[in-house]
Amino acid sequence: MTPELRFLLNDREIRLTEVGAADTLLDFLRIDRRLTGTKEGCAEGDCGACTVLLGRVTDAGLVYEPINACIRFLASCHGCHVVTVEHLRGPDGGLHPIQAAMVEHHGSQCGFCTPGIVMSLYGLWMTNPDAGVTQIEEALQGNLCRCTGYEPIVKAALAAGRAGGQAQDALAAERDAVSARLRAMQGQRVELRKGDERAIIPADADDLAAVLADNPKATIVAGATDVGLWVTKFMRDISPAVFIGHLMKGVEVREGEIRLGAGVTYSEAVPLIAEHVPAALDYWLRIGGWQVRNMGTVGANIANGSPIGDTPPLLIALGARIVLRKGDVRREVALQDFFIDYGKQDRAPGEFVEHVIIPIPQNAIVAAYKISKRRDSDITAVAAGFCLNVEDGTITEARVAFGGMAATPKRAARAEAALTGQPFAAESFEAAARAVADDFTPLSDWRASAEYRSAVAANLFRRFWLEQSEPDLPVRLKYAVGE
Amino acid sequence: MKDETIIRGVAHSDTIHDSAIKHVTGRAEYTDDLAEPSGLIHAYLGLSQCAHGRITGMDFTDTLAQPGVLGVLTAEDLPGVNDVSPTGKHDEPVFAEGEVHFWGQPVFAVIAETRDQARRGAHKAKISYDALPHALDPIAAREAGHGYVTEPLTLRRGDAASAMDKAPHRIKRRFEIGGQDHFYLEGQIAMAVPGEDEDVLINVSTQHPTEVQHMVAHVLGVASHSVVVNVRRMGGGFGGKETQMNLFACVAAVAAKRWNRAVKIRPDRDDDMTATGKRHDFVVDYEVGFDNDGRILAVSGDWYARCGFSSDLSGPVTDRALFHADNAYFYPDVELRSHPMRTNTVSNTAFRGFGGPQGVIVAERIVEEIGYALGRDPLEIRKLNLYQNGQLTPYHQEVEDQILPRIFEELEESSEYNARRQDVLDWNAKGGTIRKGIALTPVKFGISFTATWYNQAGSLIHIYSDGSIALNHGGTEMGQGLNTKVAQVVAEAFQCDIGRIKITRTTTEKVPNTSATAASSGTDLNGMAALDAAEQIKARLIDFVAERWQAPRDEVKFVPGHIRAGDHEIPFDEVIKAAYMARIHLSAAGFYKTPKIHWDRATGRGRPFYYYAYGAAVAEVSVDTLTGEYVIDRADVLHDVGRSLNPAIDRGQVEGAFVQGTGWLTCEELWWDDKGRLRTHAPSTYKIPLASDKPRVFNVKLADWAENAERTIKRSKAVGEPPFMLGISVFEAINMAVASVAGYREPARLDAPATPERVLMAVNRLKG
Repeated sequence: MTPELRFLLNDREIRLTEVGAADTLLDFLRIDRRLTGTKEGCAEGDCGACTVLLGRVTDAGLVYEPINACIRFLASCHGCHVVTVEHLRGPDGGLHPIQAAMVEHHGSQCGFCTPGIVMSLYGLWMTNPDAGVTQIEEALQGNLCRCTGYEPIVKAALAAGRAGGQAQDALAAERDAVSARLRAMQGQRVELRKGDERAIIPADADDLAAVLADNPKATIVAGATDVGLWVTKFMRDISPAVFIGHLMKGVEVREGEIRLGAGVTYSEAVPLIAEHVPAALDYWLRIGGWQVRNMGTVGANIANGSPIGDTPPLLIALGARIVLRKGDVRREVALQDFFIDYGKQDRAPGEFVEHVIIPIPQNAIVAAYKISKRRDSDITAVAAGFCLNVEDGTITEARVAFGGMAATPKRAARAEAALTGQPFAAESFEAAARAVADDFTPLSDWRASAEYRSAVAANLFRRFWLEQSEPDLPVRLKYAVGE
Repeated sequence: MKDETIIRGVAHSDTIHDSAIKHVTGRAEYTDDLAEPSGLIHAYLGLSQCAHGRITGMDFTDTLAQPGVLGVLTAEDLPGVNDVSPTGKHDEPVFAEGEVHFWGQPVFAVIAETRDQARRGAHKAKISYDALPHALDPIAAREAGHGYVTEPLTLRRGDAASAMDKAPHRIKRRFEIGGQDHFYLEGQIAMAVPGEDEDVLINVSTQHPTEVQHMVAHVLGVASHSVVVNVRRMGGGFGGKETQMNLFACVAAVAAKRWNRAVKIRPDRDDDMTATGKRHDFVVDYEVGFDNDGRILAVSGDWYARCGFSSDLSGPVTDRALFHADNAYFYPDVELRSHPMRTNTVSNTAFRGFGGPQGVIVAERIVEEIGYALGRDPLEIRKLNLYQNGQLTPYHQEVEDQILPRIFEELEESSEYNARRQDVLDWNAKGGTIRKGIALTPVKFGISFTATWYNQAGSLIHIYSDGSIALNHGGTEMGQGLNTKVAQVVAEAFQCDIGRIKITRTTTEKVPNTSATAASSGTDLNGMAALDAAEQIKARLIDFVAERWQAPRDEVKFVPGHIRAGDHEIPFDEVIKAAYMARIHLSAAGFYKTPKIHWDRATGRGRPFYYYAYGAAVAEVSVDTLTGEYVIDRADVLHDVGRSLNPAIDRGQVEGAFVQGTGWLTCEELWWDDKGRLRTHAPSTYKIPLASDKPRVFNVKLADWAENAERTIKRSKAVGEPPFMLGISVFEAINMAVASVAGYREPARLDAPATPERVLMAVNRLKG
């Protein structure tokens, strides 16, 4: 155990002992360090003005990802490399290629969002030098700009990619040295205090089990994409807080199942979804913005219990199970049974989600839909996961789960019944579309009215059928540029 | 400085924004980034939690017990008047007194050592209310007998009622148009530093430093000369910092004087969006009479606006809605009435277009109605009704500079409008679930403040003895590139490199009595004022050079980096040094007032606008008729900025305005619950466009042949607001895609914004 938080901030090592559970990285940067290039626009991880790169050592080596400093807790940066806009520099100490391209293409107007946009584009430039417009727009899902209309920013990103220079980049050149420094910081539990507040960063999953056994009422913080708002928006006390975002990263694919560590982020899961559930990739890339996908974890999206979490409808449709652990005792629960009621899950105090087990669909037809006011980085009005088995023209099994339609993510039992055993034909989906009205009594709020939610839920059965029956006809909107 | 004969940054060049390098490196300082004076403390507002009610008690016991809290300010703690009404109506208190009029109204402020402590303190206060009935929208307000927040306006020409009676066709409908939050990325913020005597210095994110100066003086009860207001730049304004920052500046100033320490105030985004005004929502009842050819004969309409609890700028905003209710079309007989309704919501305010968009969109709806009624492309109806020079607007201004026919012609050709419209019709005829729409819509936008006295500006130029130039003017930089464009004007005047010119922060100490940087007028006014100052210094230099280098006065010319006097070519630095030694005055204050304009509100007649800016856009969309989702497949824009001072910056304004305009009409929705709480008050719930929402193909061109017919700065035209309204093309294209499900028998008549929900509901209604 160590009472010291250690991380790298740009080119300096930071060592802190007085750190509160609720201290954010952004306040540390702006108030303590006067690094004012990183801006606060919303303090809820939605505008991206506070984007910084977070470097961390993974099995694949040191990776740098854009994250939102506003909802990132300082304590969770232990053993990481925080890179702010002040650290960017070109090979000659001048502008970095991203910055130069932004200037040349008139990519800034008021300039307030610009440092955050530069950092997101830097993260993309580093990892995908050949990014096209679609990838650039994906990288900017978590960055709002109110002035430019984005056109010159996208052009700047394309130009910076063409300009190259990744191998000479400072972060690439210093990769080995930084990795070594970060590794040296890790391996021990960290316990921090500030006044009455306590923050604990367990060394590994076993240590987490021990920490939770001692502190069953502690706030468990993974990616902080929700808990961050408890603090920044609602000023809630989260102490003692246990930070687990760096834990349970393991991934195994065996016996037709993906066994995902609960700490795997949405971003880390992207290659698995792309390979094993390609029909859901588009859906997966609409979870949050890039920064949120780099922070939020699949396990916490489940454990959080929100009725509008984006992964449960898809994962329930796929028949996912979760492994819950308390101390050394583990139990497996079907995901659909985990959600009991609004704000109530099948999780005991001190228990945590350790794994998510996702059966890889074999010969099943899978689809995932998300309806929101804005396509990207919006909270779901209605989400749906479909997984159907069809044999000899008959639907043998239908698993259809919805989010946003009830107090919990939930299967559409009557609609499923209307499909099961029926011909794989338009009439069956019409029947399901009618039946789903009896499955749910959705609420009206600012995201959508009950009437709209019900209408859309029904129409998603029709869309699913159209996609299957008329693959040559355009039945879905095309968003990608150049398609 | 070395001699340069190639000079950068003169007029009409693609000069980069003067802060671009600072923007991308994070070194551009916004108000929250300024070095903080030692001992700085923080203020945080406490907001009402009742849409309308009498305050029955205020208990600050828990607030004052909070660590770090120094005290609380309420209405009775203000040394001067409790009012920040920008129009002098005395209807907008800093802190509510006795009664609250909307959910989120500032009631008090907590002062503490840290922002976090002040904020926590504010949330610990217990304010109790006796609730009173509330009306949230303009129709409910009308039914509740709420009355107006400011005087309504009627524009009338001819006899609309009898022309309507005689018209072969008449259509009468209602159109509901939503508001819009500015969503400037940098929220409201002010930092006040107390000085000796009654002095206070305010750093604030504002479009209107002079008004902040006046408001702070009133609230402190001191003279304006005691208050200095500085703004280097804003992280976006869009109208949201024309009046809305007054309150924050006043609270900071009062606290600074009371505690004799520097005070910063910065609300959280939720409080910012809850407590500050937005674009006005409108309910419009319109009626049009037209003939068999589609020619408009008569228009009448009533514009009911959700103004909120106080007048703020609702008078001029609702006026401008009427001024633009014709958009680009001649209405032979017309009567337009505004109804600025008092509602129990935040007081709505300026927002890019300033009511104009809510007028223009109704004109476009009227055209759509006629097109659908007659089974014709609305574009034909547009062309038929476009103003011809010499025709009068509903406010009796003669249109003299019409260029839309040429813009239409070029845009139709470059966008291949006709072929693509046929493709859209063919596509929809196949009857699939994805439907398409296409629309070409124009804008004609009047440039000038309708408050005629606002159309003035000042500037101050110093040339120091080393030849460096300090430039100051009354406009503020909010990202629009104003400082760059004004510096280009000065670089052009002196024929010097723009690097020689330092654009300093806007401050009431240098240029007094300035107008808001608003109404798209920043460059028109301040560019001219800067040119006036430059010309004064130039005249003195020419006299001096003519004498010193023995050349006739008319042979002294400013050439790149030099001044030529007959056969001599003397470097600029050298001339300046010599002029200083010869005791030539190297500083000048410039001034400009817009000529020709006048406006008599009582009679509804005049020439409120110096000129018009024009533009048009073609948008094509695809709509999913199963979910109501849509995508903007392509947009082509051709816009008139006269002879552009900076084509790169102007194109940026056009692109940004277009996307902001589409946001207003698509994904941006303000939603109040029945208690009067705004529930879309942060980017998690209020969705402005993202990169992936902009048109998939986006062709934006400036009409490079255009030139302002009036003698504006270098014959350029204002650009900030006009292209905002080109987003209406997207809205109409969505309407067309929806109308296709019923064979275009009637227009879709979507209310705005056309969220996926509204689109799907309209599809289902039309399908029957």
